[in-house]
Amino acid sequence: MKRSILRAAVLAFLIAFPALLPAWRTQMSYLVIMIVFSLTWDLLGGQMGYNSFGNVLFFGIGMYVCAVVQRDAHFSYPATLALGIAAGAAAAVAVAAILGSGILGLRGHYFAIGTLGLGIAAGELAAGWDFVGGGGGMVPPQYPGALGGRETFFYYLAAALAVATFFTLRWLYGGRFGLAVNAIRDDEDKAEAMGLWTTRYKTAAWCVSAFFLGIGGAIVGNVSGFIDPRETAFAGSTYGVWMVLMAILGGKGTLWGPVLGAVIFHITKELFWTYLLDWQQVALGFLIVVIVIFFPVGILGWAREKWPEKFGHRVEEAKPAEASG
Amino acid sequence: MENLRLLFDAPILTVQLLLDGILIGAIFALAAYGMMLVWGVLNIINVAQGELVMLGGYVAFFLFKAGINPLFGVPVAAALLFVVGWLLYRVVIFRIVDKDLFISILATFGLSILIQQLAKVAFSPDVRTPQAGFGTISMFGGAVTVTWIKIISFAAALTTGGVLVWFLRGTRMGQAIRATAQNARAARVMGIDTDRVYAWTFGVNAAICGASGALVAMTYLVDPYIGLPYTIRSFMIVIVAGLGNISAVLATAIGLGAAENISAFLFGAEYQIAFVYGLLVVILISRRIVLARQRRYLA
Repeated sequence: MKRSILRAAVLAFLIAFPALLPAWRTQMSYLVIMIVFSLTWDLLGGQMGYNSFGNVLFFGIGMYVCAVVQRDAHFSYPATLALGIAAGAAAAVAVAAILGSGILGLRGHYFAIGTLGLGIAAGELAAGWDFVGGGGGMVPPQYPGALGGRETFFYYLAAALAVATFFTLRWLYGGRFGLAVNAIRDDEDKAEAMGLWTTRYKTAAWCVSAFFLGIGGAIVGNVSGFIDPRETAFAGSTYGVWMVLMAILGGKGTLWGPVLGAVIFHITKELFWTYLLDWQQVALGFLIVVIVIFFPVGILGWAREKWPEKFGHRVEEAKPAEASG
Repeated sequence: MENLRLLFDAPILTVQLLLDGILIGAIFALAAYGMMLVWGVLNIINVAQGELVMLGGYVAFFLFKAGINPLFGVPVAAALLFVVGWLLYRVVIFRIVDKDLFISILATFGLSILIQQLAKVAFSPDVRTPQAGFGTISMFGGAVTVTWIKIISFAAALTTGGVLVWFLRGTRMGQAIRATAQNARAARVMGIDTDRVYAWTFGVNAAICGASGALVAMTYLVDPYIGLPYTIRSFMIVIVAGLGNISAVLATAIGLGAAENISAFLFGAEYQIAFVYGLLVVILISRRIVLARQRRYLA
């Protein structure tokens, strides 16, 4: 009951936001995309125990494919945009499925560093490929509607994506898929020995992650209005790290944790940007080190340890010795 | 692909590329050996490795600006970076030694961003090259030219490696480091202060990175962003060579240097970094396939 009120309040806030604070629409679009980032990272990093540093690869693929479709397909603007988003998501999922069988066989730090390589290699390739603008980047087509309509339109798209991601993941975690993925995190060899087809689940999880990231990339390309291969699309040292950090800050392995982490992190980051000119990246690096070393369980992880009964864990009351007979 | 034909038509060009690759490879080997040391002893993969190389490069550059030959930067950078490494251990690294690998990767990744951005603010993002002021030599009637500084760097890298091997084998601290790498608990029982050993190991690692950075800056260039590719190269060299095998590290590093140079010639220099990262992914996957065939899984 209380939870459904909370959910309705969040939804109402998201819908009313452009009317309430019109000047902050673009800012808010980035915030909801950050939520998509941390949720999709947490599907692998938190729930499945596969710490990927290269998820930004799918984001960049979605962004570039969408921009190329928008540039080369000559339909009306909404039609090309829809086609571009669909193509971006499809391309991201295809890449995830193809790479998945190879990359997801790696474990632990080999996986972490291998995915780090993937994301950066893609950025370098895009920067050298003239078909997608090379190092100069790409510019998505002009939004045809009224002035200021662009921000509202893409804000709603981004918000819808975040809500869809949240509910899809909630549905997935609630069923067999969630159990399988958690089993892989807890002990992959044992899960495999129990008859779980781990490679299939791992690839499926990566594809889900890639699907939402691909759409997110397609939207962000249009929100920012300019695509730089290393700074916006395959931005391993910004978006790529932030998604990990946000999920950890909120509490990895939980559903609301990444959402909370993304909101707190984005606001902190924007304050850094405003008040710490030139030093913002330094402050961010510092923040990463501090969070990872001193607060690796995250906000929800900490709350779960403090009030386990609120998270549906049955708390065993300390009973006197006679009960142990 | 006409570049590929050129390689066969003019074998002298291949010699030139291979020679350049071999000479730079020895410098890669230094940073890789440091990474291996830290990995083996502290069980940490130091993602900030490349940033230590970058700092060493700046030491050489500022010596050059002060009017001193940057070749002196090699020992100076090693000494300064030893202090930096020691401090890094005392402030950050000792907190993550016994945490799981993911925490240590992410924490050192954060460190690498922190150092990189501090360098950007402090030294400006411009590309710098300290000029050591040596000439070039020509071989085969001018068909192959090699700058003296590359040869000197090669020699300096080998010397640094030799000093390191002597340190690990011949001194008490080196023996303590090797003992801790074999079994930290047993070493503690035997009365070795493992915390001090860890601090020394990280300091020594930083010192080698510093020396290699000074050499890199002289032969190529230095800017705040050169770090990550060096980390990736080191990681790649270590996983191909295997932990604890110094001659394999040197051979792999030289091979990587040569492969990188030839690929840069074939596909264009703008793809060189992409080649490094792509090669990493290929190596990791093929290594996994080989291990899976032998039913030895990576844990």
